[in-house]
Amino acid sequence: MPTVYVNDKPVEIGTQKLNCVQAAELAGQFVPHYCWHEALSVVASCRMCLVEVGDVNPKDGVLTMQPKVVPGCQTPVRDGTTIVTGDYEKRDASVPARPYDANYLKVGPPGTRAKKAQADTLEGLLINHPLDCPVCDKAGECKLQDFSFKYGRSESRMVDVKNTPANKPGLSSKITLFTDRCIMCTRCVRFTREISGTAELMVNGRGHHEEIDTFPGRPLENKLAGNVVDLCPVGALGSKDFLYKQRVWYLKESSGVCSGCSTGCSIHVDSNKDIVYRLRARTNPEAQGHFICDEGRYGYHFANSTERLQRPMAKADGALKPAPWNVVTPQLKQAFAKAATDNAKSVIGVLSPFLTVEEAFLFATYFKGLSADVRLVLGPVPVVGQDDKYPKDVKGNAVEPTKFVIRAEKCPNRRGVEAILKHFQGSVIPLASATTGITAAWFAGGYPDKAAVDVAGWKSPALLVVQDIFATPLSADATFVLPATTSFEKDGTYVNHAGLAQTFVRSVKPPTEIRTELQLAFDMLGRKGLVQAAAIRAELAKAVPFFAGLAAKELPTNGVRFELPTV
Amino acid sequence: MPYEPILLARINKPNSGKLEGYRADGGYATFERALKELQPAQVTTQVKDSGLRGRGGAGFPTGLKWTFLPQNHPGPIYLCVNADESEPCTYNNRILMEKDPHQVIEGIMLSCYAIKSKCAYFYVRYEYGDSFRSMQSAVDELYAAKLLGKNILGSGFDLDIVVHRGAGAYICGEETGLIESLEGKRAWPRIKPPFPAVEGAFRKPTIVNNVETMACVTQIMKRGNEWFKSLGVPPDPKNPRDAGSYGPKLYTLAGHVEKPICVELPMGVTIRELVEKHGGGVWKGRKAKAVNPGGLSMGFVDVNAPLKGEDGKTEYDIPLDFNGPGRVQCLGLGTAAVTVIDDQTSMVDVLHNVCQFFSHESCGQCTPCREGTGWMLKIVDRLRRGQGRKEDLDILVDVADRIGIMPGTTICGLSDGAGWPVKTAIRKFRAEFEAAIKSGAKSQYARSLEVVGAH
Repeated sequence: MPTVYVNDKPVEIGTQKLNCVQAAELAGQFVPHYCWHEALSVVASCRMCLVEVGDVNPKDGVLTMQPKVVPGCQTPVRDGTTIVTGDYEKRDASVPARPYDANYLKVGPPGTRAKKAQADTLEGLLINHPLDCPVCDKAGECKLQDFSFKYGRSESRMVDVKNTPANKPGLSSKITLFTDRCIMCTRCVRFTREISGTAELMVNGRGHHEEIDTFPGRPLENKLAGNVVDLCPVGALGSKDFLYKQRVWYLKESSGVCSGCSTGCSIHVDSNKDIVYRLRARTNPEAQGHFICDEGRYGYHFANSTERLQRPMAKADGALKPAPWNVVTPQLKQAFAKAATDNAKSVIGVLSPFLTVEEAFLFATYFKGLSADVRLVLGPVPVVGQDDKYPKDVKGNAVEPTKFVIRAEKCPNRRGVEAILKHFQGSVIPLASATTGITAAWFAGGYPDKAAVDVAGWKSPALLVVQDIFATPLSADATFVLPATTSFEKDGTYVNHAGLAQTFVRSVKPPTEIRTELQLAFDMLGRKGLVQAAAIRAELAKAVPFFAGLAAKELPTNGVRFELPTV
Repeated sequence: MPYEPILLARINKPNSGKLEGYRADGGYATFERALKELQPAQVTTQVKDSGLRGRGGAGFPTGLKWTFLPQNHPGPIYLCVNADESEPCTYNNRILMEKDPHQVIEGIMLSCYAIKSKCAYFYVRYEYGDSFRSMQSAVDELYAAKLLGKNILGSGFDLDIVVHRGAGAYICGEETGLIESLEGKRAWPRIKPPFPAVEGAFRKPTIVNNVETMACVTQIMKRGNEWFKSLGVPPDPKNPRDAGSYGPKLYTLAGHVEKPICVELPMGVTIRELVEKHGGGVWKGRKAKAVNPGGLSMGFVDVNAPLKGEDGKTEYDIPLDFNGPGRVQCLGLGTAAVTVIDDQTSMVDVLHNVCQFFSHESCGQCTPCREGTGWMLKIVDRLRRGQGRKEDLDILVDVADRIGIMPGTTICGLSDGAGWPVKTAIRKFRAEFEAAIKSGAKSQYARSLEVVGAH
């Protein structure tokens, strides 16, 4: 088995083709880097990942270390490669040392060169970097701050005037560039060339007067542009949406799944005091890779909207009036039990593709519990245009190999809800084929976009329960209007277009008078106790064979695949 | 007996730049003979055996470089001729291009035949307008005479030469920077390996050679290896890795000399002989203080510093071959462009000029070079304004020492070249710098920098 030694510690790399940064990570040794990114081409220009490397001569088995530093990101490892990082002195001393040659040890113990070179690089980066951390949005999650603290020197020898190029707020409608903070890692430039393919960004100028810039009249406007902010290791590229809203150390980070389309991108949800402030891509090779689209990234504002339905309402004297849950819940129970007894076939439960599988399961259990003849219907599935594939060429045509897809199906969990429907009644009934002869209907689960509630040909029955995030023409007809929660406000599981089931946790509490769909279904079933998504998930895994993979108590962070990947 | 120039033999002859004139001097006969009588491999072998080392600066053996091309490659293979002669005070290629373009082109044709290339790119720097025009008209003449194009002289050998004019950047002289620029990109040097011989222009095997190397190829194929090896310095028997410094070399003289000229001499002439004999000595009757043996990036020679182990000799007496400058802590022979600095010039001003150049020309890709060259300029600028501090000298040496491919902190050698003059100047003339700092005198050339907002 090919073995690589990282600070003397052997680590088996198998058949993987790795560079020194990746091999060191396998051995549990972090090598700091700026320009290198797994999804982008290697430029080896930031010179932060400098390490010392040596190879074993296959003929005589002698280890010869190179008497200089090399960039770890562009140095491949093979069997016997010995990597010494700047952190060598913090190694596990119980591991026997490699037979380093005397010539290599002339300048000092292993790691001397790398440690000095990394500190030198940081000194270089700080030469023209303003020390405006107190007013910089990136402070707290800035790689220059972190690495300077960990690998740099505490004092600066620079006494001259720093370069202060002008900022570029006009870089993009959504992104601003603090030019002086840029460390020229060119991640953003490579992103627009290699992932989005739109190539808006470039490097202008030369030497220490270099700047990131756009071409005249061609601002950074593409549907993936927001990723350059995530990619920027320093505070140079700032999202105008998030700028000066929060200091990052106040933010609570939780793992979510984007509900914007059926790709189901893994995201970080950053919130503070139950307000979502920012969404960022969470790397998940199973779902979408390293990036997310701008629709998803900036698509959280609906959750903070003041227009949201805030409390349950019941129609009385032809007008909707607020009614407390403890009044509404028994009324609903009674009304639906009666409707099912009168004519079960004319009762439908409409399950939105925005429901989690746990919620859909409980609702389905409730409706089918009223009578086996109650029909379960799949709610409107919003589809906008065609799948949008990246990278694109100059003319805007998609280029193979596809690296990112924004899907036309603008809901996160059609596959999951359909699986529930199939389990309970063998087939999926679309809403369009269940619009007539209805006496009672319940629309469960809300839509972030009002326009997505497309109920053409629908005739509202006498008993209509509409649960949604916003008031819609449909909810105006309703006998009961119930507020719905957003995906940030609940625990649950979504199944994406490729059959990948990802669980996510609640990031923020819903507004005070809103109950989650899961709680509501739980109450309708008359169950007692505390509702827990994980418990329902275990129940679901047992009851529905399709979801048997969800039985584990803790699911892998990258999700569980039910079918072969189709990405 | 004075040396009779070979490479420069035709300079200033009537019609020297025209095909007609070149033909009259026996031009292209060598190429025609090679085409008829020699196999490509034989040409490669002859160039390899001649001991010709690249004239561009690094002195890599030319024939050896050609053998690095993948065997039996289906092609295309490209030859790029590096005429981006941007090293300060260097103009030896320019003379060849302007006055005797056909000698260079014949070398290109021979080289392309040897490496089985059907297309050569001649990358000439933007500032060399005359060179561009003379090369272009020479190439046009050859197409008209059917010496370029398809099936040359019925031999089945095709060759196109494209004269490409750069946009003006020092870094385009770095071979992979040149290739990137040729491809229409920003001239950011590539990470090596892969070396251009494996993956170069348009991701195909590519050989990059200097203009003067091409002229040498012409003469080697014309006159043979014995002639070539009769000139210059044989390898040092004590150093098994030394490939020797054979052949003629164009030396250019610039700076404070009476007669700034380009002379052709066998390798190994001393700086003293070059300046005193061929350059007419230091100007205005002054004495030399420092000499730049081969372009700015090679560092400085202290004319008055005694040479270790050789009585009575100073650094002024080092031979200008591939090994000589290295003996006095210079980077190498470089472009063999000798720049003389007289004893009335302040080294602080000289260093400022040097730092300004490299900071302006750093491509900005690697952090150590981008920030290091800029920082060195800022420090030296402050020294020049009389606001230096004692510790500045140590900082300069520290920064100069840590940037470059040698310590492993950059992709290309530009910053080795940026660091070398700084550290040699400070190490060899430290007393002068210290005195300048102590006196606090402002250089007569110093302008104050415009005030920028404090940060």
